[in-house]
Amino acid sequence: MRIPVSALIGLFFTGLFFLMAIFAPWIAPYGMAEVVGDVWEPASERFWLGTDNIGRDLLTRMIWGGRTTIFIASLATFLAFTLGALLGFTAAVVGGWVDQAMSRIVDLIMSIPTLIFALVVLSVMPVTTPVLILVMGLLDSTRVYRLSRAVAVDINVMDFVEAARLRGEGRGWIIFREILPNALSPLVAELGLRFIFAVLFLSTLSFLGLGVQPPASDWGGMVKENKEGIVFGIGAALWPAAAIAALAISVNLVADWILNRTSDLKGGRGG
Amino acid sequence: MGPLARLLARRIALGLLLLLAVSVLIFAGTQILPGDVAQSILGQSATPQALANLREELGLNDPAWLRYLRWLGGVLSGDLGTALSNGQAIGPQIAQRLGNTLFLAFWAAAVAVPLAILLGLLAVRYRNRWPDRLISGVTLASISLPEFFIGYVLIFFFGVKLRWFPSVATVHDGMSLWEKLEAIALPVTVLTLVVLAHMMRMTRAAILNVMQSAYIETAELKGLSQFRVVFRHAFPNAIAPIVNVVMINLAYLVVGVVVVEVIFVYPGMGQYLVDHVAKRDVPVVQATGLIFAAVYIGLNLVADIVAIVSNPRLRHPK
Repeated sequence: MRIPVSALIGLFFTGLFFLMAIFAPWIAPYGMAEVVGDVWEPASERFWLGTDNIGRDLLTRMIWGGRTTIFIASLATFLAFTLGALLGFTAAVVGGWVDQAMSRIVDLIMSIPTLIFALVVLSVMPVTTPVLILVMGLLDSTRVYRLSRAVAVDINVMDFVEAARLRGEGRGWIIFREILPNALSPLVAELGLRFIFAVLFLSTLSFLGLGVQPPASDWGGMVKENKEGIVFGIGAALWPAAAIAALAISVNLVADWILNRTSDLKGGRGG
Repeated sequence: MGPLARLLARRIALGLLLLLAVSVLIFAGTQILPGDVAQSILGQSATPQALANLREELGLNDPAWLRYLRWLGGVLSGDLGTALSNGQAIGPQIAQRLGNTLFLAFWAAAVAVPLAILLGLLAVRYRNRWPDRLISGVTLASISLPEFFIGYVLIFFFGVKLRWFPSVATVHDGMSLWEKLEAIALPVTVLTLVVLAHMMRMTRAAILNVMQSAYIETAELKGLSQFRVVFRHAFPNAIAPIVNVVMINLAYLVVGVVVVEVIFVYPGMGQYLVDHVAKRDVPVVQATGLIFAAVYIGLNLVADIVAIVSNPRLRHPK
């Protein structure tokens, strides 16, 4: 199996970002909220990327910020997938009014722009990490629900599922042992895209001041903290913004490759 | 009433029903927490007596459904309620800002839509050759870029370093159209870039889909030029899916506007919404949220209507 160059680049940078996130406390040169220099110092030997709006080391903030962003986005994606896939499979297997009711509710939630709905909810909820993960995960699970229901409906009518039913297997068996393994590859391809969405969404919320709260750092929040510098020609805010873009593009390259590979496996036209 | 009119009426009724359900959802979304509006006006240090008085005054002791109906009745008769933060009516405050937001979104659409369709047609015309590959590559990148990255890069280079455009988009009534356009040049560029990629990709897919049908093969076998096949034979049949894509992206534009307005400090609805979410001004959030949702649902509705009208097959459901 040959891995295309674009996917290799994507894998490399995705891995790099995740390693950075995991080992942040050991590789960051300074403390996360430690004021070590002047405001917006330019890049130097001591501060590789310069300092931020109150004199903290920008590289340190970037490394810690990546940790926060990736951690929250991963958990939100995990929640969205667990919930969305479980409900989607259940809807497809049970059918009838259960399917109808759940699908209509999902239609309703999806008819409101995600960002607007999140803003409405966050106007009354305290903005904390668990609340953010919950809101993002729940809103995103609607999209996973749609996909997994569509995939499961196709699988549900296959002979081996019918055979399992005739054997007298319960719903749990059918969902986890018959449908899940066969629905895995389209879901894995979707996983990457949903993760990117979660990263972008969290960054947007933080950028608007409604995501991760200071002094904790995350990439979207760092753009907000340093944006005033832009008009003075200080590019500190561009670093975290570029990091978000780089992470999103890397994961996208990997997801694209998986998507192509899985459609090849199914005998689809691929590319 | 003909079958077409009946189909349209049903679709519009469905849209209104959806809007009603969305208003319930938005209202319910702000009722999740046990803490209430009175608490957030007076703050944590308020005496129980003051809280009770304010609750009485605002009608918070009534059950939630009654408050919802009162709110809905107000919205339907044009009264959007009163902002908590400054005690003024929300309606007049929003009117000006809604105009500004629509102005921005309109110009972004006016640039993005023709450009996306043109690029989509080009990509089909040069399929699998370098223009197509270039367009696809740029598309992939721009889907992954957050709005604020594009926004600040543009501000940094074109606003600050080169000084071609103002980096803060201020508009007010005293400005001429030309001055306003110059002020919003950068935000319009960001919005265009954000929706362009998706719109172009879908246009390309829609036309390619049509290109695989038998009558296109016939046209090619007749020896018609590539140009004529794409523009005269394929394009008309791809209009419905393209309009659909355009509408979905315009709906997206309405949301993208929120972030872009914050980046460029533009006095529109998005900025207003974000400010009041931070202030926990629930009535304003409800009103603006509902307007955003209504525009979004409205555009999706238009997309469906265009699809029904332009496709004779959809008029006769079996």
